[in-house]
Amino acid sequence: MKKVIGLLTAVGLMASPQVLAGTVTVSGSTSVAHVMEVLAENYQNVSNKNVEVQSTGSSAGIRAAKDGTSMIGMSSRNVKQSELSSDTKEIVIARDGIAAAVNNANPVKNLTQEQISKIYRGEIKNWSEVGGESRPIVVVTRENGSGTRGAFEEIMKLQRTINGHKVTAIIPTAQVGNGNGMIKTIVANNPYAIGYISLGSVDDSLRAIDVDGVAATDDNIAAGDYQIARPFIVLMDKNAPSTAQDFIEYIMSADGQGIVASEGYIRVQ
Amino acid sequence: MVGVISVATIGWFVFQEGLPAFKEAGIVNLVLGREWLPPALYGIFPMIVSTLISTAGAVVIGVPIAILTAVFLAELAPKWLADIVRPAVELLAGIPSVVYGFFGLVIIVPAIETLFNIPAGNTILAGIIVLAIMILPTVITISETSLRALPPVYKEGALALGASHIYSIFKVLVPAARSGIFTGVALGIARAIGETMAIIMVMGNAPAMPGSILEPARTLTANIAMEMSYATGIHSSALYSTGIVLLVFIVLLNASLLYLNRTRSY
Repeated sequence: MKKVIGLLTAVGLMASPQVLAGTVTVSGSTSVAHVMEVLAENYQNVSNKNVEVQSTGSSAGIRAAKDGTSMIGMSSRNVKQSELSSDTKEIVIARDGIAAAVNNANPVKNLTQEQISKIYRGEIKNWSEVGGESRPIVVVTRENGSGTRGAFEEIMKLQRTINGHKVTAIIPTAQVGNGNGMIKTIVANNPYAIGYISLGSVDDSLRAIDVDGVAATDDNIAAGDYQIARPFIVLMDKNAPSTAQDFIEYIMSADGQGIVASEGYIRVQ
Repeated sequence: MVGVISVATIGWFVFQEGLPAFKEAGIVNLVLGREWLPPALYGIFPMIVSTLISTAGAVVIGVPIAILTAVFLAELAPKWLADIVRPAVELLAGIPSVVYGFFGLVIIVPAIETLFNIPAGNTILAGIIVLAIMILPTVITISETSLRALPPVYKEGALALGASHIYSIFKVLVPAARSGIFTGVALGIARAIGETMAIIMVMGNAPAMPGSILEPARTLTANIAMEMSYATGIHSSALYSTGIVLLVFIVLLNASLLYLNRTRSY
């Protein structure tokens, strides 16, 4: 019986939320977490307050902000009204492009939105159909529910309706990776792969291709020329503790937006 | 006591969370459906098939190697060699699965690409190879222990009757240690069914029905791990139902082990 009581106490302790007063808890989109971690680190240096960032995915972040398990939720896709309570504020902290990325060894430099869409639907199966070598295309996608995937499907019109539900039109035999990092690893190791990742995550290991002749750069996104872009949103309850509101103010300040820009995303202020 | 409570709590929790999906989609559509398209269709049949194929493949490759290694360690190897091999096998058990996954991703996946000349090596075959290596330590250790636990009279009797060393090992000792070896194999199968991280990294995770072992596929555990963080509502419940199916698999496995070990013929 003692064991049981001990167990219940332990469970109770773990379940009590926000044990550390003064700590700002942030959770949600893996894409946003990328820049949020840097923001948190800098904020801790200037303010001496603790920020905990967890990357759990956009849907989980939205849920966490709504039910209060995190003070701040992060989303890399547009939030549906049904997912929010009336007390939740949405703040766009940055914008991000989604880069269609291929292996460095791939000679294809440019694709149209229609070609990318057809590749993901499985209608174009070979690189030779879009000006590359005669090799099969290895389509790589993010998992169901990922904010990046949601935004990509929305922009590229990769959606269809079954039984009244909007579902993906991406070919089911596409390889699936969870997180920007895994897509990067797969594409960087496979010369015939195409994937899509947050533009801020693109590095030397792979190459972002031009879409409709426009390069995936910050300037082109800010000017609206590069079409595959989405907002980075944070969600916060109107009654959130002042520590959380201070952190958001820091993100929207010149310092915070400077970090956003230096991490490869597009500032909003 | 704590063990029983844990199993009961986990079972109750998984069933409670998973039932809405069974109600919404219907048990047949869920278990035998071929299309995984949340939030419209929740068919996990391709994943059940992938799980069974990858586990069976791992057992076919891994178990013979493991049993022969166990026999070698228990009966044939000189002491100095066994003292090198045994710690190596034990070390294999301690390597985290993400390391196996990474090894598979950089060594096995490209090797399959070149060997079979296919565009992507993230296939069931890669999963089978990684799983086969991962179940080795479990099966080897338990089989060796049960071989060593046999009373020495078995071997002495066989040798005294004129059987050769090898003959007595495979006709007397291995059958006598059968229940221990079965237990080892069952735990190996359980590990292969339950493995998640390494599989996510090497198998490609496509939720479609695989046409051959050279195509990507998603196992039941990978399905849960990949989509849990993003899932809401029925989608999340459908992942718990995936967990129910897994639980049923493990129960069946343990039941068949009990059955096999009860009906010993000697």
